[in-house]
Amino acid sequence: MSNEIIIAGFGGQGVLSMGKILAYAGLMENKEVSWMPAYGPEQRGGTANVTVIVSDEPVSSPILSTYDVAIVLNQPSLDMFESKVKPGGAIIYDSYGIINPPTRKDIHIYKVDAMDTAAQLNMMKTFNMIVLGGLLKVRPMVQIEGVLKALKKTLPERHHHLIPMNEKAIEKGMEIIQEL
Amino acid sequence: MAEQEVTLMKGNEAIAHAAIRCGADGYFGYPITPQSEVLETLAEQKPWETTGMMVVQAESELASINMVYGGAAAGKKVFTSSSSPGISLMQEGISYIAAGELPALIVNVMRGGPGLGTIQPSQSDYFQACKGGGHGDYHLIVLAPASVQEMADFVDLGWTLAFKHKNPCMILADGVIGQMMEKVVLPPFKPRRTDEEIEAECGSWATTGRKHKHNKNNIVTTLELRSEEMEVVNQRLQAKYRMLEETEVRYEAYNCEGADYLITAFGSAARIAKKAIEVAAQEGIKVGLLRPITLWPFPTKIIHELSKNVKGILSVEFNAGQMVEDVRMAAAPGVPVEHFGRLGGIIPSPDEVIEALKKKIIK
Repeated sequence: MSNEIIIAGFGGQGVLSMGKILAYAGLMENKEVSWMPAYGPEQRGGTANVTVIVSDEPVSSPILSTYDVAIVLNQPSLDMFESKVKPGGAIIYDSYGIINPPTRKDIHIYKVDAMDTAAQLNMMKTFNMIVLGGLLKVRPMVQIEGVLKALKKTLPERHHHLIPMNEKAIEKGMEIIQEL
Repeated sequence: MAEQEVTLMKGNEAIAHAAIRCGADGYFGYPITPQSEVLETLAEQKPWETTGMMVVQAESELASINMVYGGAAAGKKVFTSSSSPGISLMQEGISYIAAGELPALIVNVMRGGPGLGTIQPSQSDYFQACKGGGHGDYHLIVLAPASVQEMADFVDLGWTLAFKHKNPCMILADGVIGQMMEKVVLPPFKPRRTDEEIEAECGSWATTGRKHKHNKNNIVTTLELRSEEMEVVNQRLQAKYRMLEETEVRYEAYNCEGADYLITAFGSAARIAKKAIEVAAQEGIKVGLLRPITLWPFPTKIIHELSKNVKGILSVEFNAGQMVEDVRMAAAPGVPVEHFGRLGGIIPSPDEVIEALKKKIIK
């Protein structure tokens, strides 16, 4: 079983770190993983994306033509990646700022309004964890315990007190995601 | 950290960690995307406080490679890393290190050229790494890692080969392998060699000082104004290169048994080719992959043998067609050999590789 995922949005939304935490969670569960960022002269507000593969088999190419799941967090990313989801795959998107929502009929379309939810709960910094929670609800490729271990591993110790807040964000994401 | 721990890191980070663990004496480098994490990781790890390894951010690539030249001449385990334009700046020093027959490790995490080009991944320095780069008749041993694990493993391998053959070794990676994160098991810790150990291993040639009282002073120089003598030096180098071609070729053959077609690719292009081969197999097209691990010495013989059993060969490279020249020379007469690549930092997708295979080879 392989999960080939693209996560795309604006720089500063936590796209790369969300991918990193997902990859680490896979590592914690002894899965094969790869994390390949589209690196560049990135800046806050520019585009950012990362390809994450979580698989039971060794990963061949870290760069892909098509994806099982596309997580798109802005309009340009949705426009770029909607057509690259495999038939039967899924798009997860945040409707904040989306003018033209996805239209494909041969894939699952999920909406996770993480931006609004994060603002309401005053948890803007855990926006990406809300989105990750949504992903894990509809594609449970790793356990929440794995994600918590990954957070412990990737966050410096001085930030470990923030882990419960991240856990809460993941749970919130699982709660609010809906299939359209 | 337990020595067998599986961890997740970038290829560039793996190089830095592996070097510290291999008992490196010194790193000299200058930052450039997409390899800056090598120096950053070394700075973060502060090996000068633990193993005593020296880490210097030099004032330029020219300074870096000449510091490596000096360190290597003293028998030390030293290395530098850069990306394409920076490696171009180092070519004079690299030629001197090869001529001086010194063991040094040079890491090139390639980006798209020519010129300052782009910071995106590329494999367009194959010619530079394998066919010269600097002036004169010399060769580097060139290792092409295709995973983060190989980035870590080839540091020790590179130094082992460099010291064994008194020849500089290059790890020729690209932006994909440098920037991606994968699982890696780092090599076990080896202590740095003591002065006595360096004297025992390298005393016959290294400039270790007069304290060891050997009969002659070792001098490292590459200047020889007498042509007769210089020809002898060249003949000695050429004899070494012929020996390396016989003894140090490394490659990975994947899915080659019963394959109708062959793809040749190195580094991250080989990873993309593997995915393409998996997808092609679902369509009933049998494709094998020959991945050179040493780009120099090149796996000519195995490609020749494999070519006899296939209908055609596609060389997939992130360049305009460089390794394909060596594949053509290796292939049996009459076997079609074509190239497919993208340029300027564009990475072809597995689908594009299959499409190119169909268009150029299967027809």
